[in-house]
Amino acid sequence: MSGRVLVGVKRVIDYAVKIRVKPDNSSVVTDGVKHSMNPFCEIAVEEAVKLKEKKLIKEVVAVSCGPQQAQETIRTALAMGADRGIHVEVTGKDYETLGPLQVSKIMAALAKKEDAQLVILGKQAIDDDCNQTGQMTAALLDWPQGTFASEVSFDGDKIKVVREIDGGLETIKIKTPAVVTADLRLNTPRYATLPNIMKAKKKKIANVKPADLGVDLTSRLEVVRVDEPPQRQAGVKVETVDDLVGKLKEAGTV
Amino acid sequence: PVVVTFELRRWALNSNIFTINGSKNLMFVLQAEVFPYPEIGNEEVEEINQLVAPVERFFTEEVDSAKIDREAKIPPETLNGLKELGLFGIMVPEEYGGLGLSNTMYARLAEIISLDGSIAVTLAAHQAIGLKGILIAGNEAQKQKYLPKLASGEHIAAFCLTEPGSGSDAASIQTRATLSEDGKQYLLSGSKIWISNGAIADVMTVFARTEVDVDGVKKDKISAFIVERAYGGITSGKAEDKLGIRGSNTCEVSFDNVPVPVENVIGEVGSGFKVAMNILNSGRFSMGSSSAGMIKKLIELTAEYAATRKQFNKSLSEFGMIQEKFAMMALNAFVMESMAYLTAGMMDRPGLPDCSLEAAMVKVFSSEGGWICVSEALQVLGGLGYTKDYPYERYVRDCRILPIFEGTNEILRMYIALTGMQYAGKALTGKIKEMKKGNIGMVFGVVGKKLKSSLGGSVDYGLTGKDGVVHPSLAESAKKFEQNVSHVGSTVESLLYRYGKTIVDEQLILKRVADVMINLYAMTAVLSRASRSISIGLRNHDHEVLLANTFCSDAFFKNNYLMTQLQKHSPENNDANIKKIAREVLENRAYICSHPLERTF
Repeated sequence: MSGRVLVGVKRVIDYAVKIRVKPDNSSVVTDGVKHSMNPFCEIAVEEAVKLKEKKLIKEVVAVSCGPQQAQETIRTALAMGADRGIHVEVTGKDYETLGPLQVSKIMAALAKKEDAQLVILGKQAIDDDCNQTGQMTAALLDWPQGTFASEVSFDGDKIKVVREIDGGLETIKIKTPAVVTADLRLNTPRYATLPNIMKAKKKKIANVKPADLGVDLTSRLEVVRVDEPPQRQAGVKVETVDDLVGKLKEAGTV
Repeated sequence: PVVVTFELRRWALNSNIFTINGSKNLMFVLQAEVFPYPEIGNEEVEEINQLVAPVERFFTEEVDSAKIDREAKIPPETLNGLKELGLFGIMVPEEYGGLGLSNTMYARLAEIISLDGSIAVTLAAHQAIGLKGILIAGNEAQKQKYLPKLASGEHIAAFCLTEPGSGSDAASIQTRATLSEDGKQYLLSGSKIWISNGAIADVMTVFARTEVDVDGVKKDKISAFIVERAYGGITSGKAEDKLGIRGSNTCEVSFDNVPVPVENVIGEVGSGFKVAMNILNSGRFSMGSSSAGMIKKLIELTAEYAATRKQFNKSLSEFGMIQEKFAMMALNAFVMESMAYLTAGMMDRPGLPDCSLEAAMVKVFSSEGGWICVSEALQVLGGLGYTKDYPYERYVRDCRILPIFEGTNEILRMYIALTGMQYAGKALTGKIKEMKKGNIGMVFGVVGKKLKSSLGGSVDYGLTGKDGVVHPSLAESAKKFEQNVSHVGSTVESLLYRYGKTIVDEQLILKRVADVMINLYAMTAVLSRASRSISIGLRNHDHEVLLANTFCSDAFFKNNYLMTQLQKHSPENNDANIKKIAREVLENRAYICSHPLERTF
């Protein structure tokens, strides 16, 4: 086994930012808005680095797809302990329509190229909430998948994954190579300390184009319109149950 | 905390102020240094953004400022987090285990660290002054021995200069270090007060009088020492119960025959005073960015409230007097930022340029601007702002120290005025000599020039126009600036004519001169910054032009008024009366008017 783990990290609008829709309703405003690494991707990186610290794997490679700024996100992963990075350059219209299908094709190609033993991704990104990339990547590679992981451990040549599902927790054992997606309670990501950020400057980030990986980026989706959710209306207080039933009938909900 | 002394007065009286060969130029004339606005490389910008992110996150998620203030203590976990982040050795070179960042980067990080006043002062006391002596004046052996543990935060540093009898007048300190018989160590005795990190510091930079031999004569001169608490004989008093920055430890530190090895003298024996001044001068500029960072945060918090709180069926943000407060906060933040980064950029230039004058101006402006802004921010919140449920009252209390420590603003104004006037003094010497020789034509030349400029004759320093460095949309402001500069030149000349050396005692005059100079440096900074923003097309540069022009217009009129007051027999000048009132009050140590209800019949 190569002992190499691929971690996908996505640059998204920071969770604390108040999102605004562009006046033409085509998308949200990203210009001048604070961006950071997707929180679930942080958890993924943390898990990979922890595995390396436990000496269960040998190398952590951080991957991000996007324009120049994606390198900042990779640098954060390097500062958290990843060994090297791969920046898959996607810009312009291609970047606007980049989605799970395209990214999973890229990840699959890289997993093969880098002879990865494990691919760890965040369960979903907080901008599009797709929750598809991990699953698609595993399917394209025909690898087993352990999604919504809240615990990951190595058991011989298999990986034990405790999954958070609607009914509770499900434990599975999967063979490697595999794809795992990180859920909230998997770990608490470390801060990238300033000394580590300085050290990370020396780590390498390779530049790759999707064409080099033989990936077709055409989107099968077209965004028609983006709208803000409707303004929340104020509630109404009623005195009696009869009043309540009356109001509900008025609103046509009963 | 820390003080600066006013050595200039002593020096000015003992020497001929007019024949100073200082290389310090009146910076207004040095266009090349302030235009264009300092630029840092792409790589550095990326690096700064990288470094800022985790620090911001730490302060938002892990720092409980209310708790730190309430308990007057920074929790050990928080302190550890700061150490791990690397914030204890920001400017210590990488080879000694620090981050090796520039003044500009330090200023950038200060914007975030200032979100908590206690943490900001603890870190500043440690690295901006505590260990700075070793950094800028220490020898290789001292650096190797002390910097690594200081950079990691394993050891904490403190700066020990102030004594009960010596605050602003730092040259009068009494702590003494006597060389032992065998010449291998000094025995240090004395008491220091207001020492930040006094109770927790392991390594202290201590200033004491030492006997030195100057051409066969024994003289007392101040020396700087690296003193380890481990040497024994050091006691820390109880922590001061302060109005603000309550989480920062401040206490008395006493030294009782503490043995300090001779290798621990920083620089030459007897050069301690200069070391102290250099240390203090080098850290001052960051107050600009830390105040700006704090005001920017306050704008966000108060704007949220002003937009949602309604009275008289309108939101507060629709009322003029509230709008004025927001404009004032934005203007102040803009000017402070511009001044701080201009100064930091100049300091980062190769050759270790002396920016002590500029740093002092940044400090005075930022401390007073910050104080006014936090007060107005509290005002926006009204009664709520006055309660401890909101952070505004803590910001007010934390900010009150700014005009006091790191050199009181009174002292710094004297320094600014007198240093700024050096250049004018130098130019004036030549003219005075001519006059003495009876060269009447010279006198007429001077008078004639003054008349011309006072009649509003156009002044051109080349800032605007075809080859100008200022963008056309700022041209009017640049013209106002040029007018002010020429006016200040002639004002200073006539003051020096009128007072000669005794000007060092005319504080009310020097205060106005200092204020004009601070305004001028501020105008320079905003013009330079805004010009750059327009030229490279930064987002919202129109807003910057608006801020720059508004500030310059305001400052222009303020400067004119100040200079009017400085004219001979100016009716706008009430100084004589003010001094008389003060004298009568102070003689009686009380208010002396008879009570309005008293009778004599």
